[in-house]
Amino acid sequence: MSLQTEIDGQKCIGCELCISACPFGALEMHEGIARVNDQCTLCGACADVCPEEAIFVPSLDEGQRPEDYCGVMIYAEQRLGKVAEVSYELLNKGRELADILKAPLSAALIGSGLSSSAESLLQYGADRVYMADHPSLEGFLDELYGEVLTRIIRLSRPEILLAGATAIGRSFIPKVATQIGTGLTADCTELSIDQGKRLLLQTRPAFGGNIMATIICPQKRPQMATVRSKVMKKGLPRPTGSGEIVRVDMDGNMPAPKTKLLEIVEEVTEKVRLAEADVIVSGGRGLQEGKHFAMIRELADLLNAAVGASRGAVDSGWISYAHQVGQTGKTVAPKLYIAIGVSGAVQHLVGMQSSETIIAINSDPHAPIFDVASYGIVGDLFEVVPEMIRQLKQKMH
Amino acid sequence: MHIIVCIKQVPDTKHVKLDEKTHTLIREGVESIINPYDMYALEEGLRLKDQFGGKVTVCTMGPPQAESALREAVTYGADETVLLSDRAFAGADTWATSYTLAKGIEKLGPYDLILCGKQAVDGDTAQVGPGIAERLSLPYVTWVRKIEEIKDGRMKVQRLMDDGYDRLELPLPALLTVVKEINEPRVPSLKGKMRAKNQKIQVFGVKELGVDPDQVGLQGSATQVVKVFPPPRLKERAWIEGTAESQVTQVLDKLNLLKVI
Repeated sequence: MSLQTEIDGQKCIGCELCISACPFGALEMHEGIARVNDQCTLCGACADVCPEEAIFVPSLDEGQRPEDYCGVMIYAEQRLGKVAEVSYELLNKGRELADILKAPLSAALIGSGLSSSAESLLQYGADRVYMADHPSLEGFLDELYGEVLTRIIRLSRPEILLAGATAIGRSFIPKVATQIGTGLTADCTELSIDQGKRLLLQTRPAFGGNIMATIICPQKRPQMATVRSKVMKKGLPRPTGSGEIVRVDMDGNMPAPKTKLLEIVEEVTEKVRLAEADVIVSGGRGLQEGKHFAMIRELADLLNAAVGASRGAVDSGWISYAHQVGQTGKTVAPKLYIAIGVSGAVQHLVGMQSSETIIAINSDPHAPIFDVASYGIVGDLFEVVPEMIRQLKQKMH
Repeated sequence: MHIIVCIKQVPDTKHVKLDEKTHTLIREGVESIINPYDMYALEEGLRLKDQFGGKVTVCTMGPPQAESALREAVTYGADETVLLSDRAFAGADTWATSYTLAKGIEKLGPYDLILCGKQAVDGDTAQVGPGIAERLSLPYVTWVRKIEEIKDGRMKVQRLMDDGYDRLELPLPALLTVVKEINEPRVPSLKGKMRAKNQKIQVFGVKELGVDPDQVGLQGSATQVVKVFPPPRLKERAWIEGTAESQVTQVLDKLNLLKVI
């Protein structure tokens, strides 16, 4: 048995207000009385407009049962029309989890002008893409995206929902989890399935990466998690042809958002963004002067890397806060992290120690950065870094 | 203006060291502090009070000793303090925490703005702020790096994104979570320190809040921690020695193996 919206035939006056309010075309008139079909997602839009209080929508919070939910869904994040890399990483991981559960993998895509993005999600493993494509959804607003994703979840009822732990994901996914009435685990770095119990085992660093915790959501559904960028691997595209795109009708009954997006300003000038970079070259106070960051940038360019910085370098005004790695900056976990002249205060370490490989260059052999380094170079960075640039350039010619 | 600032008492990680063997924080003898991000929220609240008048109420959920965090907030200039404390609140995840805080805030009477730090440095979830907003049906903006203006019941703010920032406008009452960039917190005042000693701290428990005990604390949490363990150690650790030239040659070999170059 699944939950159903009920209409009291005695009370219904056939005004059809509910029919125009329903975003899913789930209501139809039958002999002068509204009737619910199987498109219903229990969103409650009909009950809100019914003047006779003839519609009863059961609350998912009370009635949700794990067995009513099936499949893995990822939130496919896009900004300015570009699908975030983390979404492809989630598709690959989602595919693996879905296969273990023998369940389908879907993606929820929200925005404007999304057709080609939806196709690429199918190529990267989604069986189905729920696409909410509407001009009003062009810019990211918590209220709108939250409302739409909540509707998609109620429509498709996945047992697992994954989203990137990005500025966008970590902002509105908590709202969705609260709306749905389920648990949410932030910033996971490892996901697996307890097959016997069909539970998602969500592992995340806590205390700035010094402790790992595995978390479950035993009763509520979906089991929701945000997942750190660059931790899961992106898969290979498959030829198109399989999978379907389901358009989520957004014309009826979109809430008028209280918040207005006035402007989007892109600010980080480097080609590669810190959170999405495979390689990060970071500079610290050992650089002595702001102008020496030019050397870091040059090395980063040669390695196609993003530029990071310690808090000390940022506080000295050598580089903007957007580049700060650490507890009060960004937490990163690239494949390779090169720390140059970074002593490795604990606040910095917790922001980068999950990196796959760490190379540290520092003149002080006792610098704490060497405690987490895979390869330690004790030396004068003003010798080592120019030499590195020289040899790299030589290799390229 | 009535501004409510939500804070959390956390262990001070600034002076702690990593245990070289277990790779965990050495927590013994570590002092408790106000979560650093919440200090920016408090400062922003105090600046708005300085500008528009009104009061700043600081609210926290925690054990009885979290009272000291509230007293500390008073030294900076907070006016009223509320501690949500009850044995039943212990072990709460972000779901139960945001429920409890929202219930506490409802008891504080009309307010214009709720401010939170972007996340607490112990849990690092960043989920409680949006959770409170949703439960109170308030519009919210996360990662706020600047409040541009507040006028005629509306505010303009800047939200820090991964690739720049967004400018947004929203009506009050609302909830904001703030990032470090938003301000430079002040130092405690002598007057504040005097006042903090005698500050009366309101304490609300399950009974005062009128909450369902099944909705709070461990009981009310949707998620459960099943295992805690130290992070995996790095596979390989080695010193690269020699002249600068030879060191670099060795590093490039490693980069080659890692397929970076």
